[in-house]
Amino acid sequence: MTEETNKEEEVIARLDAFAELPDAPPKRRLKLSWVGKVSVAVVVFWLVIVAIGPSIAPFHEMDMEGDDSFLDAYSGEYGTFYLGTDYIGRDTFSRILFGARNTIGISLLATLLAYLMGITLGILAAVKGGWIDMGISRVNDAILALPTIMLGLIVIAAFGSSILVLILTAAVIYATSVFRIARALGQDIMVQDFVEAAQARGEGIWWVIRAEVLPNAAMPLATDFGLRLVFVVLFISSLSFLGLGIQPPASDWGSMVRENLQGLTYGSYAAIWPACAIASFTIAINLIVDDISAKSGGSLAKKMV
Amino acid sequence: MEREKLFEVKDLRISATNDDGVEIPIVKGVSFDIHKGEVVALIGESGSGKTTISLASLAYTKPGLHFAGGEALLNGEDVLTMAPLRQREIRGANVAYLAQSAAATFNPAITIGEQVTESAVLHGVLTQEEATKRAVKLYHALELPDADRIGFRYPHQVSGGQLQRLMAAMALCGNPDLMVLDEPTTALDVTTQIEVLKAFKKVIHEENSAAIYVTHDLAVVAQVADHIVVLYGGEVMEQGSADQIINNPTHAYTKRLMEAVRPKPEAGMGTEVSGDHDRSIDNLQVEDMTAGYGGIVDGDPRVTVLRDINVSVENGHVVGVIGESGCGKSTLARVMAGMLPPARGKIKLDGNLLEGALKDRKLDELQKVQFVFQMADTALNPKQVIGDIIGRPLEFYHGLKGKEKHAKVAEILDLVELPAEFASRYPMELSGGQKQRINMARSLAANPEVMLCDEVTSALDSIVGANVIKLLTSLRDKTGVSFVFISHDLSTVASFADEIVVLYAGRIVEQGPTDEVLEPPFHPYTRLLISSVPEMRIGWLEETMKKREMAVGIARGVEITAIGCPFYNRCPLGIEGTCDKKVPPRIFLSNGHEIDCHLTLAQLKEAEAEAQRILHGYEKLGNEDPVIVA
Repeated sequence: MTEETNKEEEVIARLDAFAELPDAPPKRRLKLSWVGKVSVAVVVFWLVIVAIGPSIAPFHEMDMEGDDSFLDAYSGEYGTFYLGTDYIGRDTFSRILFGARNTIGISLLATLLAYLMGITLGILAAVKGGWIDMGISRVNDAILALPTIMLGLIVIAAFGSSILVLILTAAVIYATSVFRIARALGQDIMVQDFVEAAQARGEGIWWVIRAEVLPNAAMPLATDFGLRLVFVVLFISSLSFLGLGIQPPASDWGSMVRENLQGLTYGSYAAIWPACAIASFTIAINLIVDDISAKSGGSLAKKMV
Repeated sequence: MEREKLFEVKDLRISATNDDGVEIPIVKGVSFDIHKGEVVALIGESGSGKTTISLASLAYTKPGLHFAGGEALLNGEDVLTMAPLRQREIRGANVAYLAQSAAATFNPAITIGEQVTESAVLHGVLTQEEATKRAVKLYHALELPDADRIGFRYPHQVSGGQLQRLMAAMALCGNPDLMVLDEPTTALDVTTQIEVLKAFKKVIHEENSAAIYVTHDLAVVAQVADHIVVLYGGEVMEQGSADQIINNPTHAYTKRLMEAVRPKPEAGMGTEVSGDHDRSIDNLQVEDMTAGYGGIVDGDPRVTVLRDINVSVENGHVVGVIGESGCGKSTLARVMAGMLPPARGKIKLDGNLLEGALKDRKLDELQKVQFVFQMADTALNPKQVIGDIIGRPLEFYHGLKGKEKHAKVAEILDLVELPAEFASRYPMELSGGQKQRINMARSLAANPEVMLCDEVTSALDSIVGANVIKLLTSLRDKTGVSFVFISHDLSTVASFADEIVVLYAGRIVEQGPTDEVLEPPFHPYTRLLISSVPEMRIGWLEETMKKREMAVGIARGVEITAIGCPFYNRCPLGIEGTCDKKVPPRIFLSNGHEIDCHLTLAQLKEAEAEAQRILHGYEKLGNEDPVIVA
């Protein structure tokens, strides 16, 4: 009797073993390659400089050092000045440390503002659709059609160059591309079944945006944030290079390149260092973005175009 | 008769490498042979490695996988170790691959003929002229309409079933030694599936080609395969001749698969709710409803999808809605749920009129009618944990918070037979069947009166699907919820529904209690549907094709018309001048069974009797005179 029950149990146990196939593996966590890790280190380094740069700089950004400043211009005396001096004898190293705050700080603020505007309007256009979408999109297209630098030059020529104007101009200009991406992502997500399920449940528009759309758009938008920040850094630097960005004597990397361009003829590296700073920051961010997109299976990369 | 060995798989091993560099075996030492002119079926659930193995014949693995050992010999030559250039030569020329979705395989911008002949010409097997000639011959063999000129059309100009057959022509054009067919009929309606199966079988026989047929459907395999390999988790469970596996399976897993095969739809399969139910109360009622898309012009939608629909869902009952894809099944559920406001007609809930549009409905009305989406993959927000997904309706409709909500979530998870720990998981961490359970659990959490289930089992494997149906049955018994169960699969509906609504081209052609609808007399369309469901029996395909309605019904496509009977052009019994001109009258039978047809009851009965005569004559006496069955 017991033997028989045992056998039966065995058969049942075997059948249970052939039940539904096991669970899908747990979600993979994001891992960066070594290139990504180095890039993160570079970005973190610059962010630390933004925070503490001025307090560790050996000189003030505006100090003209030496007994006769003009003789010390383009100094190659690397003992005192780690990276030499610029065209009027200021310490390049200190100016880069000070400039980080202007270049990265202003770009970061402008990008954040661009994101705030772009996402709000973009998701609104995607969720509401119809005339609201049409209206916002056409205005956006019009701004998008203008060359960015040209637009920046006109605005600054009209309102004068101040940090506030600079931030607002950059924010508006770059909000247009953020809007495009946010709207496209939003539209993709809006047609998903889970959004329809929420709507069928009777959820309001804010729930749909906050709980259904935004969490799914967050990752692509975050990677795009990095790219956008790079563009803003280059934009601000370009304006400074043209003399319309951050005004001297305050230092920023773009204007440092412009000021010291002549020095190249005398064999001075004063223009090279700030250029390197811009390059290291922007390329590092780009590499992080690439790494994340590659890890998320390339689907992200497609959406970023 | 011992035939020449064509393809030999010896101890094939395929592995994946995960992020940490650990090897995960996917295919664990599989061996089988294919002889010339033989069809070998690889059968198993998703995840069993059947597609991965079949792709090995092309020396191809999906990204992330690699061959870890074993041999795959094609005509004695190992395809896995040959030079890449040689591999390229055999692909398309010696081995041809037929993907699951023909619609995704064809390039919409190039004519069919060009795509069918491309591979043969590219490999230098045939010249363009020869290839075109051969293609036309194949179109004829595959019984495609307008065979001489179909090659000049573009993919969107032919139907799904035709495209599937054209893909077979594409594979056969270069006269390959071996064809790999990857679930070629899974995404098709039963009526289309039978047409494709028949064409495949004929052409494989005529061309004497060998094939690997990958599927999870044993009933389909019984029709086409000579040899069957049963796979589970990347291992061979059992293999043998089709006859032996189908009629005499020995392995426990094969038996398990057989159990999950949907039986032929017949009366008496369902657990009929007793007749003493109060028929005066309807949960959900749809009256004279017409709906469609593209705005409303003069009271009619631009594109009418549903016309004059009357359905009522009784308290605690299950109403099954069946029909081919495109007949308006899903639209019906969307109208009920308020996602698509109807152009005309009324929707009532417990006798009270419901607004057509979602935004005009009250919260408690929304709560009482819940929609369950077909694809759990897309219906669950990937960024929310299960606890939040199920918890939201509890909070939203019933104001449950904190501990109360957690307790209720656990209770609902238990109801769908999942452990309470699942509350902290993300949908990605669940299997397909588990996701579908969560999908239903979310609707259950609203504590609805009616659940609208749109094809909830069609994306699932047979075993998983069978479990979901079991779950639904127990839910109905435990909660007393009414269901509207939409499916193109008649057997699933027959085993679960109390009442059946048969939709054709946007109109109801027959409806009534399940047992009545599945017993003669039938509407001619219902009979076409019933006879198209494959049976797990060798020789079923040939028998079925002898029936008149199959021959007529399968050859022609669906036409949506406002005048006459919508089924007229596919109906073997159609009366010219009547059926194509006048809307068919409704024949009322016992127990609320209704058929819309111009024929009399006697004529419908006679048609069924004739079909039975043909069938029984074939079964019992071979080619002798048919026996008359009363």
